[in-house]
Amino acid sequence: MELIDILLSATFWAAVLRIASPLIFATMGELICERAGVLNLGIEGIMVAGAFAGWIAVYAGLPLWAGVGCAFLTGVMFGLIHGTLTVPFGLSQHVVGIGLTLLATSATYFAYRVALPEVSSPPRIEAFQPTGWPILGSQTVLTWAALATVAITAWVLFRTPLGLALRAVGENPAAVEAQGLPVHGLRMGAVAVGSGLMAVGGSFLTLSAFNSFFFDMVNGRGWICIALVVFGAWMPGRALLGALLFAGFDAFQVRLQQTAIGAGLPYQLFLAMPYLLSILALILMSRRAEVPAALMTPYNKGER
Amino acid sequence: MAEILRQESAAILRGESTAILRLDGITKRFGPVLANDGIGFALAEGEVLALLGENGAGKTTLMNILFGHYVADEGTVHVAGQELPPGQPGAALAAGVGMVHQHFTLAENLTVLDNVALGTRPLFSLSSGRRAARARLRQLSEDFGLAVDPSARVADLSVGERQRVEILKALYRDARVLILDEPTAVLTPQEVDALFATIRKAVAKGLAVVFISHKLGEVMAVADRVVILRRGAKVAEMRTAETDRHRLAEAMVGAEIVPPEVPPATPGEVLFRLDQVSVAGSPGLRDASLALRAGTITGIAGVSGNGQRALADLLSGLAFPESGAVELKGSALADWSPRQAVAQGIARIPEDRHATGTIADFDLTENAMLEDYARPPMSRKGWLDWGRARKRAEAIIEGYDVRCPGPSVPIRLLSGGNMQKLILGRVLEAGPAIILANQPTRGLDIGAVTYVHRQLLAARERGAAVLLISEDLDELRALSDVIHAIHDGELSPAFARGEITVKELGLWMAGQGGRHAA
Repeated sequence: MELIDILLSATFWAAVLRIASPLIFATMGELICERAGVLNLGIEGIMVAGAFAGWIAVYAGLPLWAGVGCAFLTGVMFGLIHGTLTVPFGLSQHVVGIGLTLLATSATYFAYRVALPEVSSPPRIEAFQPTGWPILGSQTVLTWAALATVAITAWVLFRTPLGLALRAVGENPAAVEAQGLPVHGLRMGAVAVGSGLMAVGGSFLTLSAFNSFFFDMVNGRGWICIALVVFGAWMPGRALLGALLFAGFDAFQVRLQQTAIGAGLPYQLFLAMPYLLSILALILMSRRAEVPAALMTPYNKGER
Repeated sequence: MAEILRQESAAILRGESTAILRLDGITKRFGPVLANDGIGFALAEGEVLALLGENGAGKTTLMNILFGHYVADEGTVHVAGQELPPGQPGAALAAGVGMVHQHFTLAENLTVLDNVALGTRPLFSLSSGRRAARARLRQLSEDFGLAVDPSARVADLSVGERQRVEILKALYRDARVLILDEPTAVLTPQEVDALFATIRKAVAKGLAVVFISHKLGEVMAVADRVVILRRGAKVAEMRTAETDRHRLAEAMVGAEIVPPEVPPATPGEVLFRLDQVSVAGSPGLRDASLALRAGTITGIAGVSGNGQRALADLLSGLAFPESGAVELKGSALADWSPRQAVAQGIARIPEDRHATGTIADFDLTENAMLEDYARPPMSRKGWLDWGRARKRAEAIIEGYDVRCPGPSVPIRLLSGGNMQKLILGRVLEAGPAIILANQPTRGLDIGAVTYVHRQLLAARERGAAVLLISEDLDELRALSDVIHAIHDGELSPAFARGEITVKELGLWMAGQGGRHAA
């Protein structure tokens, strides 16, 4: 009975959306990169950098939306590093991505120490507040923005010439080149914008979910987003579903721990649950997924 | 060269038509290799110009320069009097140059319509304009006789259909010059006829067509004029009406070509027999029956990807039949692996000499012993005998005319023809009873092709059973004593030499054989 009570409670669903929001932003970012043929493993570090950039901007006195903008630009900057190395230089996307995650994470922690050398606990900021709107009133406006991002991503990818070009460049860059479009430009753009969205996902943590910045607060969310893109078979709508599902497991396990069932079991089991269920869902869902054919394949003019 | 160009251009200008395309002194170097050496020609509206040359003559390089994939070191391209900026496919497209690449440039997971519409609208416009695009595509399909479903996914289309999509892509952009790079390489004879019909329609509407090929018959059939390239330079230019196949071939190769004599066959016993054999895979093999006799060449005709791989894998020990009976030298096949195939004296000339025939970074000595390195005389008691290995490599280099600096250079430095000669030497030296020759002449120049043909005929004379899998119908018809067509994993009945016309063979290759039997 308790299980059903959890599912019926409004706070449960509010928590699902709150947990899902950063994942949605970052998943859309990764999806855009991968649709264009670039696997961006810098996502974890870019989210850390975005979380910090948004928070420190607001702490320095900028308005909240400017904080989001700063996070986005930070992501774009890291995206351009990733893109420059993987697109025109054609380096291994795995190595560059992992390296970028290490770089962005370390640079962020370094910047934190430089910016706040004296403090023992990170200062708090005035974060986004729940809108109080009739629908989903307990959410902040950033959650709405996350949902809008999904719709916009889907619309651009499937309804505009730009989206067609992006999908084509992830399928067969030679076809794009033969139609007179700039392969490298399209990929760079996708990685820059995608990385920007990842950073915004990170900034949701500091500007909406919490009101401060902690080390390790991203805590593997970036890797989850990579799995969610596969789970979603590179479709924005299905990836959204995946993010909600994962968030659902996560919110559920927190509540389950507090019930009679949960009292007798080690809490680590509950913490592992969303990941285990996600792996299961991933296996079931990704069987007939169609990977962008040119994913992870660099393109050099004049080579075949 | 420039003189010929001037004369030709003048001839075009004197006539009723004008030069739509003009290339002047195009030179392109890749490192020390001179791929294009001051090539120039002009092309009029409503004209089909064939660019003839062997593999490596520089045809594709020249067209990639014209289309802006490569930047020429010297020379200019003019379309309708305007000079094209170098290295910009977009500019070439805008000027009305459409190119159908030898390796199609289609995104397989996208629909036909998406592939055609890609890049035709400004990137940042808000609507895709799909409805108008669809209507226009349908209209073009009708006008040029290029039937294809706009909503179909490219991955689901046949090779012939994909080529139609490529042509439609060019027409959709109002191409005035259509470049077709080796367009017939992957088509059945019937599809080739349909392509030629399309070319004639396009020319009748005033397009100019550049037809790149190394097949003389097709050039004579479809082109008005021929430009012949050899080793990167233009060596001749003539009207097809004023020349013949023989003269074209001589100009292309630079020497007279003597095709090998094919003496009558003396068929012996059946060395390898398939009876209703099926092999898993897509397409795999379905109920295939086949008999390879000693002293004969059995040809398999088919468009690639129709089960040739399954057949070759079966013979070379890589695949095991799901059902049916396989008989090797009179006894049923039991345990079957590549090692046993080699031990049974089956020589294999693999389809892809780079991927499965050789190890690129190994030297010639190592590559020459790949099949039997673990057995005497190449190794004894677990130790390799490098002295013998090197002697064998030297013997092959000597006996099979492998042009190379020596047996200790990596094989990747050799040309395709010389690589193939080493493989031939490796497999033929032991005097095998059964020879699997899978696309043995693909990508080779005529000299090397003739060499391979002579070797296969010599093996046949010696009493070997040869299975020749090829896409080149001329080759198959010249060499094969018995010929089968293969389509979607099914083998046609066996036809003896001279028993079947190209047209009938084409029908079998398209899976329509027997239905139209007269």
